[in-house]
Amino acid sequence: MKKITKTPSVLKPNPTHYCPGCGHGIVHRIICEVIEELGIKEKTVGVASVGCSVIIYDYIDIDFCESAHGRALATATGIKRCRPDLIVFTYQGDGDLASIGVAETLHAANRGENLTCIFINNTCYGMTGGQMAPTTLVNQVTATTPFGRKPERGEGHPLKISEILASLDGVCFVERVSVSNPKNVLKAKQAIKQAFINQIENKGFSLVEVLSMCPTIWRKTPSQACKWIDEVVTKTYPLGRIK
Amino acid sequence: MKDKKIFITGNEAMGLAAIKAGCKFYAGYPITPQNELTAFMARELPKAGGVFVQAESELAAINMIIGAASVGARCMTSSSSPGISLKQEGISYIAGMQLPCLIINVMRGGPGLGNIAPSQSDYFQATKGGGHGDYRLIVLAPNSVQEAYDLVILGFNLADKYRNPTMILLDAMLGQMSESVILKKPKILKVKKDWKIDIKKDRPQRIIRSFFIKEGFLEKHNLILKRKYERIKKKEQRAQDYRTQDAKILIVSFGSQSRISKEAVEILRKKGIKAGLFRPITLWPFPEDSLKRISKKVKFILVVEQNFGQMVEDVRLAIRDKKPVYFFGRAGGGIPTATQIVNFIKKLL
Repeated sequence: MKKITKTPSVLKPNPTHYCPGCGHGIVHRIICEVIEELGIKEKTVGVASVGCSVIIYDYIDIDFCESAHGRALATATGIKRCRPDLIVFTYQGDGDLASIGVAETLHAANRGENLTCIFINNTCYGMTGGQMAPTTLVNQVTATTPFGRKPERGEGHPLKISEILASLDGVCFVERVSVSNPKNVLKAKQAIKQAFINQIENKGFSLVEVLSMCPTIWRKTPSQACKWIDEVVTKTYPLGRIK
Repeated sequence: MKDKKIFITGNEAMGLAAIKAGCKFYAGYPITPQNELTAFMARELPKAGGVFVQAESELAAINMIIGAASVGARCMTSSSSPGISLKQEGISYIAGMQLPCLIINVMRGGPGLGNIAPSQSDYFQATKGGGHGDYRLIVLAPNSVQEAYDLVILGFNLADKYRNPTMILLDAMLGQMSESVILKKPKILKVKKDWKIDIKKDRPQRIIRSFFIKEGFLEKHNLILKRKYERIKKKEQRAQDYRTQDAKILIVSFGSQSRISKEAVEILRKKGIKAGLFRPITLWPFPEDSLKRISKKVKFILVVEQNFGQMVEDVRLAIRDKKPVYFFGRAGGGIPTATQIVNFIKKLL
């Protein structure tokens, strides 16, 4: 039998703390594969942000700086401006990037910071127990929208941050992908790789929004969660290249 | 060669000192009365090979500092009272992450939006920790433009030496007034930053963190910080005293107020009243050792501040209330004058 893939060397052999069926593990692995394939593992540094993935550094063997909730792209700006030779990426959830960190996100993008931003959209605050996020779907039940999110009750609409950022001149690349099935995982990898290549080529700000499963909060089995992304979530958040 | 002497505002002098001290990154956001410093850095820092970023908020600015400090760059941000309140989140993280950096607070009146007049009302915030968690900043309080220049250089050195954020705390008066400054050649402490994030070649991973979720790990981290703070407390207390040798009355003031209080000492001395002045230069660590020594022979102490009583608490703690401690202060841009201080003391005699 031919070996067609192997574990990337930057992926630590640690068991993760993520729930069964969570999408973080898949995205972590994609990032590791991309870093390895582009030959940038020595000069890549990450910014870990508040949420389930804050201890991403326990799984990816590169240097990391933590960031306060929502501030990852400001921290990344400080790193990249002082050390343009490093390849800097942020790994942020939707509460982090699209709610509390919306100013830092918008302005880093608008300045055209030469950064790679991996934005995990699971339509909720996973770590704190499944509250409504700006990305929560209409009618989606969460801890703080027990009757489903109702825009008419002042609970807002799903925030399409990728579309907003794509309108900015400083942004060079925006793509929305998903890790809900093998075909989409391959597409997600291509997009994430492109977002890193853009930084290597000094093209400016790249964002990849990843629709990712949160079966625990969604009260679904891992396979139901994947199916829910494919059949429901992608209706609000269509996949594909936005810019 | 004789050192160059220039006439410059406090705000610009601090910018100049930062560049001389090797500052390579500055992020700031507009707020009066420190705007001259931001404008100076925008103009001069790039010429010195550094990076200036006008951030979208105080929050973003302090978090950019986290990034710059984490790669080992000497870096600085500056603001004024309401802006410093916004930075507190980041300052707490920086203290927890043990990142060296310089934060300048050109104080204005508060609370809230207050006004833009000189004030010393952020003493508590600076010395007791305005952000969450158990941490300390090194806090330096200049009383002249020359000293503002000198303390910025010292501040960077102390920050690097202890891997701790340092704050320069001064009021709007010192920030905006011009004085002569002698540009002494700065002594720059060279520290090996073997903790910084960098190219990772044949070495273990480095993580700049303030998050310790595993049981017992945070307490261990807190103990590391505690021991560091004890070292700083032991080694870095700085103060100046004036005519305290035979003083029966001791005035204690910091920053610009100390110059007015010094004038009060002169007036009292002319009247035959033996007054002296004690001026803390480090507000944290508070110079309690020298204050304890000097206060032994005095009859009473008067603390004069541009607020309604903040440093006075540390004075009382330092001397364990062994002498009577009185307080006179004005707030909201009001400045205690020498005459007011003299009159206050006369009533106590």
